[in-house]
Amino acid sequence: MWKKIKLILSSIREYKKYALITPIFMIIEAGIECCLPFFISKFVDTIILLKKPADMLDGSFNNMGLSVVWLIVLLIGLAAISLFCGIMGGITGAKASVGLAANLRNDYYKKIQSFSFANIDKFSSSSLITRMTTDINNVQQSFQMLIRIVVRVPLMLIFSVIMASVTGGGMVLIFVGLIPLVAIGLALIGKFAIGIFIRVFKRYDKVNESVQENVSGIRVVKAYVREDFEKQKFDAASDSMTLDFVRAEKIIALNNPLMNTMIHLSNILVLSIGSSIIFANSYPTTVIDENGKEVVNIVYNSLSIGQMSALLTYGIQILSSLMFLSMILVMMFMSLESIKRVSEVLEEEPTIVNPDDPIMDVKDGSIDFDKVDFKYFENAEKNTLEDIDFHIKSGQFVGILGSTGSGKTSVVNLISRLYDVTDGDVKVGGIDVRDYDLKTLRDNVSVVLQKNVLFSGTIASNLQWGDKEASEEEMLKALEHAQALEIIKNSPDGLNRVVEQGGANFSGGQKQRLCIARALLKKPKILILDDSTSAVDTKTDKLIRKALKEDLPNMTKIVIAQRISSIEDADQIVVMNDGRIDAIGTHEELIKNNKIYQEVYYTQNKVGGEQ
Amino acid sequence: MPPVKIRGRAKKGTINRLLKQLFKRYPGRLIFSGICVVFNVIGNLCSSIFVGLVTGIVTRAIETKVNPFDISARIEADAMGGTFHLATNATILLIIMGVMYVIGIIATWGWNRTMALTTHEFLNDFRKAMFNHMEDLPVKYFDTHKKGDIMSLYTNDIDTIRQFISQTIPEFLRTTLSVLFCLALLIVNSIWITLIVVLCTIAMSLNTKVIGGISAKYFIKAQRQVGVVEGNIQESINGLKVIKVFTHEEESIEQFEKINEELRQYQTEANMKGNITMPINGNIGNFMYVLAAVVCCLLLVLPDFKNLTITGFKEMGNSETSLDAFLSMVTTSLMMCRMFTNNVAQLSQHVTFIVMSMAGASRCFDIMDEQAEADDGYVTLVNCNIDEKGNITESDKKTGKYAWKHPHKADETVTYTELKGDIILDQVDFSYDGKKIVLNDVSVYAHPGQQVALVGATGAGKTTITNLINRFYDIKDGKVRYDGININKIKKADLRRSLGIVLQDTNLFTGTVMENIRYGKLDATDEEVYEAAKIANAYDFITRLPEGFNTMLTGDGANLSQGQRQLLSIARAAVADAPVMILDEATSSIDTRTEKLVQEGMDKIMHGRTVFVIAHRLSTVQNSDVILVLDKGNVIEKGNHNSLIEQKGTYYQLYTGAFELE
Repeated sequence: MWKKIKLILSSIREYKKYALITPIFMIIEAGIECCLPFFISKFVDTIILLKKPADMLDGSFNNMGLSVVWLIVLLIGLAAISLFCGIMGGITGAKASVGLAANLRNDYYKKIQSFSFANIDKFSSSSLITRMTTDINNVQQSFQMLIRIVVRVPLMLIFSVIMASVTGGGMVLIFVGLIPLVAIGLALIGKFAIGIFIRVFKRYDKVNESVQENVSGIRVVKAYVREDFEKQKFDAASDSMTLDFVRAEKIIALNNPLMNTMIHLSNILVLSIGSSIIFANSYPTTVIDENGKEVVNIVYNSLSIGQMSALLTYGIQILSSLMFLSMILVMMFMSLESIKRVSEVLEEEPTIVNPDDPIMDVKDGSIDFDKVDFKYFENAEKNTLEDIDFHIKSGQFVGILGSTGSGKTSVVNLISRLYDVTDGDVKVGGIDVRDYDLKTLRDNVSVVLQKNVLFSGTIASNLQWGDKEASEEEMLKALEHAQALEIIKNSPDGLNRVVEQGGANFSGGQKQRLCIARALLKKPKILILDDSTSAVDTKTDKLIRKALKEDLPNMTKIVIAQRISSIEDADQIVVMNDGRIDAIGTHEELIKNNKIYQEVYYTQNKVGGEQ
Repeated sequence: MPPVKIRGRAKKGTINRLLKQLFKRYPGRLIFSGICVVFNVIGNLCSSIFVGLVTGIVTRAIETKVNPFDISARIEADAMGGTFHLATNATILLIIMGVMYVIGIIATWGWNRTMALTTHEFLNDFRKAMFNHMEDLPVKYFDTHKKGDIMSLYTNDIDTIRQFISQTIPEFLRTTLSVLFCLALLIVNSIWITLIVVLCTIAMSLNTKVIGGISAKYFIKAQRQVGVVEGNIQESINGLKVIKVFTHEEESIEQFEKINEELRQYQTEANMKGNITMPINGNIGNFMYVLAAVVCCLLLVLPDFKNLTITGFKEMGNSETSLDAFLSMVTTSLMMCRMFTNNVAQLSQHVTFIVMSMAGASRCFDIMDEQAEADDGYVTLVNCNIDEKGNITESDKKTGKYAWKHPHKADETVTYTELKGDIILDQVDFSYDGKKIVLNDVSVYAHPGQQVALVGATGAGKTTITNLINRFYDIKDGKVRYDGININKIKKADLRRSLGIVLQDTNLFTGTVMENIRYGKLDATDEEVYEAAKIANAYDFITRLPEGFNTMLTGDGANLSQGQRQLLSIARAAVADAPVMILDEATSSIDTRTEKLVQEGMDKIMHGRTVFVIAHRLSTVQNSDVILVLDKGNVIEKGNHNSLIEQKGTYYQLYTGAFELE
């Protein structure tokens, strides 16, 4: 855990100076706050002297008056310094904690950008997002608390104890005696309550999860007339959660009374013992010693009325800072979970990194799979791909067909090194993909993913992902190849047509075509379309393939498709089944002798074939 | 869909409504807590008063040389200007003080515990009432409200109510009482000091208002920027694979750093201003303390400067006035200063919080005030026996046959109609918002066992048709008939029970695979569930899961693939065994081969069933008895595959690929 905290804190960088200076300001502020009651007690004592009957006021009156003035100046001065430190501490504390969070977000973001597909698969995207928002926010809050309050509270405690002992009367012993009592009390309350609360929060999450399911699945609930069923489920969950809450609250309800008891107890003790000391000091009583003689009873402690009231203040300060401390400890304890979750991502090692001496040029678009085995997780029992062995010449058009889970996507993901093979090797342009510079490889192997994503901005800004310096003509050309020109033609904004988050303002087919255009702008040697035309109509699909074939003849094209019509004119078709290659051949060959291919073909052309 | 509503401020009367509900349910507990709070305040105040009194006694004792702890002795004290005659002996005083403390402590415990329990019991009922009402709301409510907004009712908004009841109500009472008591004591002691305290309090609230206002301004800016940052994070994390494929990492980092820096600046400003409010107020308190002390001092030194109390001017500066009275005055006043400012600061926090929590409560009340789904249906679905002649008799046993029981009010007769699954949409018009027409004069006839395919672009009205059949929405004009009965006359629960549904969004629930399939029919036996799983071709993959049918699904089945989720939702519909099925075909999650397996299973359960399918695949469309081609709410073509191909209209173009099938 310590390592994780250190990792998180190492993101502080340029804000370190603020983080270091903040506690200093806070310590000074705390120190002054502890001194104030002491000087005020002096002040009260001086006033008492002033008030002594006038006949006692000899020449010393002037001095006395002077010291009162000095005390006032001192008090105002201290308050001014404390104000300054308080403001400065507030400013630097904000800079440090907000800065830390901002740096953390940057580091986190960079880390995620360095992740390979395998890394990404490990975390769900919603968890990656909450870690970056809620959890980093928690870290920011608790860090600010750490540098502003956590250093301050124990110091308050220590200063108050010191000042109380300086003030005199030996009263500090009362506090020292009460501190462990309070600490034990708070610890017990905390121990019992936290245990229950952790459980309660889990139940709370469950209840909310159930609400969420109902909100998003309301159509299912209503369609199956399960309203009452869901109500019962929810009522039971809510009841049992409430039961636990109540149990925890019963314990928590002891907190305030405990603190009040202790503060009141210390007040009464200080007042009673203090008063008797003061009285005893002013009028020494006599006692009879063992020799029968009357001697003056010596009182070792001295105390004044002003000091007594200062001690009362210290008592409250000591005890309440204890309570503060316990509250803060609980909060810090809670934020540890966030620290754990954020550092989990920061500690994750990217599984795919650039080789040491990378090759910066891809010769051609030929692809070779040599006896490739692949599995997503090291400890997976079964290989996702087994014994994949086939070769594609530069410029060929290759189709891949197979059912869900047969490994089509896994095969193409190895080409641009989105994952690394478990065994065997994949070569592009005759060289193992692991020897290339990653950027070089991926710029030359352009993949249009199954899950198409456009980013908010404009069509142009999305296309520029493929090529930052792409000219308008180049963009139009790419759109034309992808049969996507009509998308901008129908809009007055043309290339500057707005794309909403996730490309929500385009239909599935439009998105797919834009994504193909984006991939084309890279001018890759290899283009991979992973089921990228599923929402595009067959005619347009055909036009896209025609354009690719005629205008970009040298580019190797790999097409994963569900529709046979999308791949039937391919140079070779790879039929996948259960992680293995079932057959390779042309349409004519496969239709003759491959069962899977035939099956798919006849399903899709049962009626269409009559035409 | 109608526009999504935006979250706003609290409605008027929210606080009254909440308090009324609370008082109605727990009058005794609340009054008890109120009394406890009063004692709590008195206990705390005693602290200050008695400290002053004890100080006075000790001072007098020193002058008169009488031991203040000797119970038999009485000290002629003039403490508090003679108001408190108890103040004659320190021991008695301390005992009284102790008793007051004990009462105060018990009272504190009393209200802390009572309010905590009351809060949770009240919230439990509140939460349940809200959820139960939500379940009864029409689908329209869920279509017009953001999911996140509804969720936050149960989290943030209820939480503010929790804090409001358990903390704010009692604390508000406590601080108000404390402020009043403090003020009273201050006025009794010295009006000069009271003036200082009031002035400093004004200064503090000004500070809070001005700096707090600036802070709030930046805070809002920061919040807005948080939205921007979160949007960016969401987009780039969801599109991370695309970023990798396009080696766009550098650019996206650069872009993120820019907006993140902006967020940092706003947050720094907001936090800075927020952080300095407290120390400034604290030190205004310190200055006030010093000022008060100076005034005390001047009262003593300057003979012409007289203390003004509620009872008039009192001279402090001459020897006739006793020192102890003066000291009592000083100690008590100084303590009151602190207490007063602390409580005023808390009071202002409470007021801010009340505004916030009432906005939350108001949103909760809003959902509770929403009109529940109305159901005037009186035709019900019953088990029945049918003899050879076709006579139908109702049965209270499970017969496997169902009939619509139709009571006629006019002549008090009851007729039975066999449940067959005959659906007719007759000249149906519909609009979600009353303005934009979504369906225009749509007529569909689906006879038992027929498969009707709905084809058309997004927004053509396909989903709307299915929404009307199961009465998620009620039609504006025209009629929908089920087995010849107007569906408005059928009880909604029975209508929906007679319709099976498979949606694109699968929506599974937390629980085991078994429980999820059984959702379709709660009393289904394990065998029925297995059978349904087999029909949907889900059986194979389920048995391969780590714990088979007992595998727990969480987070909408996040541990399954989209295709597997789809299969489960089909199995769920299969177990429900309804005569009419509504299918919203998945666009791309199930591949052709699996789709074929599913189709086979579907064929089995389609036998004797009427099926409405929102089709995305040509193979599905081709097999349908009736194909409806929809465009902008109008049926533009109707017929089977062959007849439509012959028409050479839109369907033909669609089929030959000139249009996109969405």
